Amino acid sequence: MIFNALLIAIREIRRNLTRSFLTVIGIVIGVAAVITMVTLGRGATASVKDQISKMGSNLLILRPGEGWGSWGAPQFTMTDVDAIRDQVPGISGIAPFIRTNVPAVYQENDRATDVQGTTANYFKIANWNIALGRFFTEEEVKEAAPVCVIGETIRKELFGEGVDPIGCKIRAKSISFEVVGVTAPKGQGGMADDLDDNIITPYTTIQLRLTGRGDGRNINQIMISAMDGYPGVNIVADVSALMRERRGIGQNEQDNFNVFDSQQLAEVVSSSTQIMTSLLSWVAGVSLLVGGIGIMNIMLVSVTERTREIGIRLAIGARAREVLLQFLVEAVTLSCIGGISGIILAYGVCIMFAKEVGAPFIFDLKINVIAFVFSAAIGIVFGFMPARRAAGLDPIEALRHE
Amino acid sequence: MTTETLIKLRGLTKVYGSGDASFHALRGVNLDIRRGEFLAVMGPSGSGKSTLMNLLGCLDSPTSGSYNFKGIEVETLNKDQRSLIRRHALGFIFQGFNLLARTSALENVELPLLYRGYSRKERHDRARDALTRVGLINKERNTPAELSGGQQQRVAIARAIVTNPDTLFADEPTGNLDSKTTREIMELLDQLNTERGISIIMVTHEEDVASHAKRVIHVIDGLISEDSTQRTAIH
Repeated sequence: MIFNALLIAIREIRRNLTRSFLTVIGIVIGVAAVITMVTLGRGATASVKDQISKMGSNLLILRPGEGWGSWGAPQFTMTDVDAIRDQVPGISGIAPFIRTNVPAVYQENDRATDVQGTTANYFKIANWNIALGRFFTEEEVKEAAPVCVIGETIRKELFGEGVDPIGCKIRAKSISFEVVGVTAPKGQGGMADDLDDNIITPYTTIQLRLTGRGDGRNINQIMISAMDGYPGVNIVADVSALMRERRGIGQNEQDNFNVFDSQQLAEVVSSSTQIMTSLLSWVAGVSLLVGGIGIMNIMLVSVTERTREIGIRLAIGARAREVLLQFLVEAVTLSCIGGISGIILAYGVCIMFAKEVGAPFIFDLKINVIAFVFSAAIGIVFGFMPARRAAGLDPIEALRHE
Repeated sequence: MTTETLIKLRGLTKVYGSGDASFHALRGVNLDIRRGEFLAVMGPSGSGKSTLMNLLGCLDSPTSGSYNFKGIEVETLNKDQRSLIRRHALGFIFQGFNLLARTSALENVELPLLYRGYSRKERHDRARDALTRVGLINKERNTPAELSGGQQQRVAIARAIVTNPDTLFADEPTGNLDSKTTREIMELLDQLNTERGISIIMVTHEEDVASHAKRVIHVIDGLISEDSTQRTAIH
């Protein structure tokens, strides 16, 4: 019986293609919007989480100035590093970070790159893995040894792809570094910067041999990793208080440093995408509702328009429930077609936008099933009233209807 | 021809409305129809003949009295049960043909079979058979708009007989047709009646159409005023 009703429904939809198309547009847009929002939202969150894990999760960075790109604010010293390590609780690792841009040369190849100075535990804090050779050691930091670990991009540019550079010497300014390791590639960073375009060396080596020690106040950043589960906000507060005290910043004065907290960033990003997603889901929900009302409207028109047909069906022996089923199935078929079209449309949009936004395209079966079931439910809910009206018709009256 | 009783009406009444506004369309009709009869129902408009047809066709239920169809007390049945009687035992032909628009002749004829749960192939075969019987097998793909009035009525007849009903109800079957087509349709009905033994109950107001029937009843003011068996079976 259901199969027959489906057959009749499909015939009827085919007979009124344009009208059926216009009817389901609301559902198509609603479903497409829901799926697109959820998929892109998840993609964006996943991509941010990915970036953050590349940076090192639980990572906090103490930077000079009030925010990004404040030049001229005082830099940090090794005693700052020691003080933070000794006085701030919840820290599992801390490393100084100096960065200087110099041309690195190997044989006839050269490349202007970041030479970064730090300590051995930086690799763990910033979530680096070794692909070839080894990291440098704490001993080598103490000795200011001219050793370095290079990124994949440097290997490619200076040595060539797949070449083993271990033991080779790279020259930067007046000194030559021996390559002891190659880091596993991280790819692009959060600002489309190349995370593998760097040479990492002991900070002592940079201070002693490359830039000169100066007054020792030339550490650009201090990398801190929080213990697992320890709230980053506490560390931010403690580090801030400690630095204000060490720098003698008065009550009414602004900080001349800032602490970046990757955990916090992740939370902000995921909560803002969540807000966006739920907001747009509401919009999509309203669109589905309007789509459902559209279906109800068309089905009511259809029942009136086909009163005589209903009369014929009743006269040749259709029961009220069969007429009801026919119209209900027709409404559900319409809304399901809308749902499936919406899913297909959503995929088109997602694939297009995933490239644009740079967020990965994540297929989520659950949301598709929910969207489909929801659109079918809309057909049932909004198709019921017109179907009952059709089923309640009197055959004699219906046959007389013009 | 058997003399088995097909339909037995006793004191059948139908009242529309209630109180002062009530209208007595039928006032106690008694009627016996035998299996295989070809009966014409005549009468002026408002006489109650349409009401009588609706009751006989199980489209409506009487206010009082009894209607026995093949041993079934129809007046006791509900809407759905009457639907099932129509589905399994009755066929309908209307003045306005009442075919589904934008639907091929074949699909129109298949329609009653859909409700009987026949397989696709069986539906097809039976519908084509019925169309062959009315001489329209070459028009099976045409929609009603592409057929003449007479052809549309033939499709409607094919739809009515595709389920092999034992009774055919025809409500002014030639009312919209010219005299030549009327003759063709009436010949077809004659043929169905004599060759296949289908009982036919037909409402008409044209004498020459009624003359095809073997029995004519006149309904006036909700009662049968005249019951003649013209052209007697004993030719």
